[in-house]
Amino acid sequence: MKLAVWTYEGPPHVGAMRTVTGMQKTHLVLHAPQGDTYADLLFTMIERRNHRPPVTFTTFQARDLGSDTANLFKQACLAAYERYKPELLLVGASCTAELIQDDPGGLAEALGLPIPVVALELPSYQRKENFGADETFFQIVKALATECPKTENITCNLIGPTALGFRHRDDIRELTHLLSQMGIAINAIAPMHASPDDIKRLGAAHFNVLMYPETGETACRWMEKNLNLPFTKTIPIGLHGVSDFIQEIQGLVDCNTPDVAADMRSDWYSASVDSNYLTKKRVFIFGDGTHAMAAARLAQDEMGFQVVGLGCYNREQARPLRAMAKTLDVPALISDDYLEIEDHIKELAPELILGTQMERHIAKRLGIPCAVISAPVHVQDFPARYSPQMGIEGANVIFDTWVHPLVMGLEEHLLHMFRDDFEFNDTAGPSHHSGSHQPAPQPEIPADDQIIWLDSAEKELRKIPFFVRGKARRNTEKFASAKGLYEISIDTLYEAKAHYAQ
Amino acid sequence: MSDFPILKQRGQHEVFCGLTAILWLHRKMQDAFFLVVGSRTCAHLLQSAAGVMIFAEPRFGTIILEESDLAGMADMHTELDREIERLLSRRTDIKRLFLVGSCPSEVIKLDLDVAAKRLAKKFNNSIQIANFSGSGIETTFTQGEDACLETVIRDLPADDSQQLIVLGTMPDAVEDQMKSLLSDLGIGPVKVIPTADQRQKFGVGRGTHFACVQPFLGATHDAMIQRGAKHISAPFPFGANGTTDWLWAIADTYGVSRDHFDQVIAAPLARAKKAVAHSKSVLQGKSVFFFPDSQLELPLARFLAQECGMTLTEVGTPYLHSALLRHELDAIGPIASISEGQDVDLQLDRHATVNPDLTVCGLGLANPLEGQGKSTKWSIELVFSPVHFYEQAGDLAALFARPLIRKGLLTKEAAE
Repeated sequence: MKLAVWTYEGPPHVGAMRTVTGMQKTHLVLHAPQGDTYADLLFTMIERRNHRPPVTFTTFQARDLGSDTANLFKQACLAAYERYKPELLLVGASCTAELIQDDPGGLAEALGLPIPVVALELPSYQRKENFGADETFFQIVKALATECPKTENITCNLIGPTALGFRHRDDIRELTHLLSQMGIAINAIAPMHASPDDIKRLGAAHFNVLMYPETGETACRWMEKNLNLPFTKTIPIGLHGVSDFIQEIQGLVDCNTPDVAADMRSDWYSASVDSNYLTKKRVFIFGDGTHAMAAARLAQDEMGFQVVGLGCYNREQARPLRAMAKTLDVPALISDDYLEIEDHIKELAPELILGTQMERHIAKRLGIPCAVISAPVHVQDFPARYSPQMGIEGANVIFDTWVHPLVMGLEEHLLHMFRDDFEFNDTAGPSHHSGSHQPAPQPEIPADDQIIWLDSAEKELRKIPFFVRGKARRNTEKFASAKGLYEISIDTLYEAKAHYAQ
Repeated sequence: MSDFPILKQRGQHEVFCGLTAILWLHRKMQDAFFLVVGSRTCAHLLQSAAGVMIFAEPRFGTIILEESDLAGMADMHTELDREIERLLSRRTDIKRLFLVGSCPSEVIKLDLDVAAKRLAKKFNNSIQIANFSGSGIETTFTQGEDACLETVIRDLPADDSQQLIVLGTMPDAVEDQMKSLLSDLGIGPVKVIPTADQRQKFGVGRGTHFACVQPFLGATHDAMIQRGAKHISAPFPFGANGTTDWLWAIADTYGVSRDHFDQVIAAPLARAKKAVAHSKSVLQGKSVFFFPDSQLELPLARFLAQECGMTLTEVGTPYLHSALLRHELDAIGPIASISEGQDVDLQLDRHATVNPDLTVCGLGLANPLEGQGKSTKWSIELVFSPVHFYEQAGDLAALFARPLIRKGLLTKEAAE
C-alpha cells in the first residue's frame, strides 16, 4: 500500500481510453463499476471533445457481484456492437473488475462477433496510464497490422499521439508540414485519427516517426521487427532536436533538406540583447521523461539556462533520464510522489520551473515562475490557437512560453533602476489608480529561529525588488547559517550576494 | 402518497461514485481527513473531480492497493496501520479520520470497520476514527455524503433533550442564513450535521426533531429514526416556495403561529421572488430534461416548474427515496416523466426525441450535447454552489437561465 495525495498518471484503463478515443471506428468495452465513467469528463471537459469517448462501461453494482457480472459484460458488448457498429472492438477491465476475474477477452470471443476483438491486459495494481496507452496501441497493431507493399513515394507514419496528449494535436500538424518540406508524405497517423484499416496498412510506410515513446514505443519496436519499419529515436523538440531529427531521417531514407530558416525566430530572439538576462537562469525541469529530457537540452543549449534539477514521473524513462542528468551534472529525480518533488524544488530554489500542472501549483505556492512542458494535462494545455511543441514553430512557441513567466530583460533592468522611486516600490499602486491601491500581501518566509536580522539589514532587504526578495532572504540566511552567524547585518547581506553571484 | 409510474432503468450509469462527496465534506469538516482505501482509479477520480489542485497537502488522500497487498489479508491490515500511523504522525492537525471504502476494498472484503476500531484503540481514542463506503458499487455521487453522515449519527452519544438537528452540507453563509431565520422564528437550539464548528458537542435521541436540507440523505434519515428522532417531512428549501414550505413545516412542529411566521419571512420571501423573476422571463415556457446525477433533480424540477414556469419533460434521478421525496413526488409526478437509475444510451435516445430547450446533465455528457447544438446546465455546479433558501433562490434560477442567455448571445452574434 502507498499513500497518494496527487497522482501524475491515472490507472492503465485510462491510458487505454486515450488510445481508443483518438481512433476512428473503434470501440472499447470496459468491465467497470459505476463511477469509473468519471474518465469520460477528462475528454469532454479538459480536451473539450464534443463527442463522448467510444467507451462502454458495464457499470456493475454490489448486487450483481457473484451473480451475473459475466452476463452483464456480454450484454454490454453486444449492445455496444449493435449501437456503434465498430470495425474493431477492444475489451478490458478496470481495477475492480480485475479482481472479480470475469475474463472479458474470453467472454467477448464467445460472442462470435464478425469483427476483430482485442482483449487488453491492464494490470491496475502494478502499472499506470502511459503503460495502458502504450500496451493498448501495441495490442491493436499486433492484431491488425501485416506486412504490405511499400508506397511508391517515400512515406512515414506518425506514431504515438493520443487523445488527452500534451499538444499532440498541433505537433501532428507541425511534423506533417516539416516532413512534407522534406518530400515525405504521411502514410498514417496512429493511434490518433487512425481507423482499423489505417492500422492494417501501417506497414506500407518506409519508416515510423515515434513522436511520443510513452505511448508508442512498444508498437514501434514490434513494427521494426515484424514489418520492416525502422523508427526515429530523436524527439524533434528545440532547434537542435529538429536538426538531429532531419539528419536521422536522412540516414533512413533519401529525401530533401527542408528550408526552415524563414520560420526560425527563437534562435534570434535568444541571441538578441534583450535575452541577456536569461543567462544561467537556474531552472528545474520535471515531466514525462520525453518532454523533460527535450526541455533540458533546449534549456541548456538554446536558452542558455542552467539546469539545476531534472526528473520524470514515469519509471519507464528512468534510465535515459538518469544518463542525461549525469551529463548535466545534476541530481535525477525519478518519483511520482508529489510531496517529495515539492521538497526537492524548495531545496533547489530555482528561478524557473519547467514542469507539469502539478509543479505549476507548487510554483504558485513558492512564488517561483513556471511554464508547463508536459502532461498530466489541464484545460489550459488545449489552447484554441496553434501551439505545437515540436518542429520549428514548436521552438518559437516554447521560447515565448518559457520567457513569458519571467520579467522581460529590459523591463527587469528598468525595475532595478527605478526601484527606490517613490512611486515605484511595492507599497505604491499603479499610477493610474491614484494611490487607492493596497499592496497584495506577500507571503513572507519565516526567518530561521536561530538567526536574527538587524534592523538596518532588514531595511536594506526591503530595497530589493519584491519578486527576488524571498530568494535573497533565503540565500542570506543559508549563507549566515553556513558561516555560523547568528546576526545578519548589511555586510552579511552583501557577502551572501557576492557568494551566490554568478 | 400518490402512485406515479416510474421508469426504472439498468444499463451504463454516467454518474460519479460516492467518493466524490469527499470534495465538499472535507471542506465542511475542517478537522477531518478522508482516507480512501482503494486503487489508483480512486485517486485519479478525486483529483480529476477536484479540478484545481490548490492544496499542498489536502485533507484527503488515497491509500493505493498494490499487487503485493492482494496476496493476503493479514498483511493488508499491517500495511494499512503503517500508512495511517505515518499519515497521523505527519498531520497532527487531524482530529477525525474517516476510512472510506471503495470498489476494490469492498470486492476484496477488506473490513474497514474492524480497522477503524483497532486504530482508534491504538491511538487511545485521541483521534476519532470512523469508516463509511463511497464505493461505486454501493453509492452514487451524493450518496457518499449520506453514507458519511449515517456513520456520524451512529457514533453520536444518546441525548433525549429537546433540539432540532438539520442534516446536510451547506456553505457556511447559507447555514448562517438558515440559523438566523430559525432564530427569528424562536426555534432552537439548532444543531447542524455536518458542522464546521467543533465546539458543538451534542447527542441524539427521543427529544430530537430533524429536517433535511438535501434530498439524498435516505440512509441518514433512517439512522436518525433508529435513534428515536422524529423527522419533519417537507419539500426541500430550494426557491421561494420550497424555502417557505420547509420553514413552515418546522415552525408548525414548534407551534409557531402563522401570523408570526408570515411576518418573519415577509422580507426575504419578497426578495427571493423578485430575484427569481429576473430569470423567469428567460425560463418561462421552456422545456427541461434532467439526466440523473445528484438526487437533487426532483426538488429542482419542482422549483423550475412552479416558480420559473418551465415545462418538465423527463426527470431522471439516480435513486429515489420515496419517503424523503414524498412532497416533491406529489408536486411533479403528474407533470413529469420520472426515471430512476440509468441506461445512458437509451436515455440519450429519449432525450433526442424530446429535444428539450435545456438539459441538466453531468460533465461527461454536457459538451457532447452542446456539440449537437443543445443548451446544457452542468449538474455538478448545483451541488457545489450556494443554492438553498431565500437569498439564493435568484442565483439558483440564474444558473439555469445562463446557458439559454448565452446561447442567445452567441447565435445573435453569428447571425449578424
